[in-house]
Amino acid sequence: MSDLALWGLFLAVGIGTFAMRLSFVELYGKWQMPAFLERALRYVPASVLAALVLPAVVYPPGQSEWVLNNPQIPAAVIAALVAWKTRSTLLTLGVGMGALWAFKFLGG
Amino acid sequence: MRYRNAGHAFAHGVQTLLPLVPGVIPFGLVTGVMATEMGMSPGTTMGMTLLFYSGSAQMVALQLLHNAALPLTVVVTALIINLRFIMYSASLAPHLHKLPRRWTWSMSYLLSDQSYALCSLKLSSGELGVHAKYFYMGTAFAMWLAWQLSVLAGVILGARIPETWSLGFAIPLSFLALLIPNLRNAATLGAAIVGGAIAILAIKLPYNLGLVTASIGGVVAGVLIENLRRGEAGHVSAPAMERDAQ
Repeated sequence: MSDLALWGLFLAVGIGTFAMRLSFVELYGKWQMPAFLERALRYVPASVLAALVLPAVVYPPGQSEWVLNNPQIPAAVIAALVAWKTRSTLLTLGVGMGALWAFKFLGG
Repeated sequence: MRYRNAGHAFAHGVQTLLPLVPGVIPFGLVTGVMATEMGMSPGTTMGMTLLFYSGSAQMVALQLLHNAALPLTVVVTALIINLRFIMYSASLAPHLHKLPRRWTWSMSYLLSDQSYALCSLKLSSGELGVHAKYFYMGTAFAMWLAWQLSVLAGVILGARIPETWSLGFAIPLSFLALLIPNLRNAATLGAAIVGGAIAILAIKLPYNLGLVTASIGGVVAGVLIENLRRGEAGHVSAPAMERDAQ
């Protein structure tokens, strides 16, 4: 792809993303959101985050096939328990990465 | 928390964001390394990072560019992944819309999953008082700086981080650390389970439509569970749950 096309692409995504981030802040009052939609919004973060996390854990990097021996799964379970107990990002990351390395080492 | 002045609120915002930085660094490093490995120049990579300011969209765009996808496919996919910002925008709008444009535009550009997660509840409860926008800016600016610098570090490190470190796993782990403390009631838990399950099943859908399908499915599940529990609450009074749902 040419440099010009590449920058055009970046600009398109950048402007589009900015427009979405600004959308309702700018439109507020001119277009009232239905109450139903407002209620639904509360479930967006949990839903999106889970949709980002689970496939990334269940499938090995760069694959979309289920494999039996995947050290990411037990490592993520341990990390989830740490997150539940401590609510600490740092501990969740540290324990999760440590567990992944340990399971990889044990699994050969 | 009531703040003495704007600077105090901003500093507390930065401080609140700091624990999330270790989750951002590996993500940024991986993005910088990936772009460099693909032969992108440092200037191009940082330009992309500044314009996108969205890690997951940038990662996916890099992957698609690597696979020589059509430019239109790359743009559409990146924007689909960022659709969630419309929902964030809608949820923050009641608290931000009255501010002048120089505020709303910069706050919008700086809006991230992390700042949203940290600020949305605090903004709606009103606990931040008159300096709320400075608290938001503290979280948002710290997040922006951490992101730009870690991508830059990744560009500088280039391909020197060995594959065996599995640094990519830090990405789902940092999302997990954001997700788990958010699961405060049956409805949010249901939204997460359904969203995650659909995302796993729909992994092969083209254009990353699996993520969008899963997100919508999860939201529907959350609303349905909330309705069900409301129905039960009609018979037995459950004020604690109602408060929880806020």
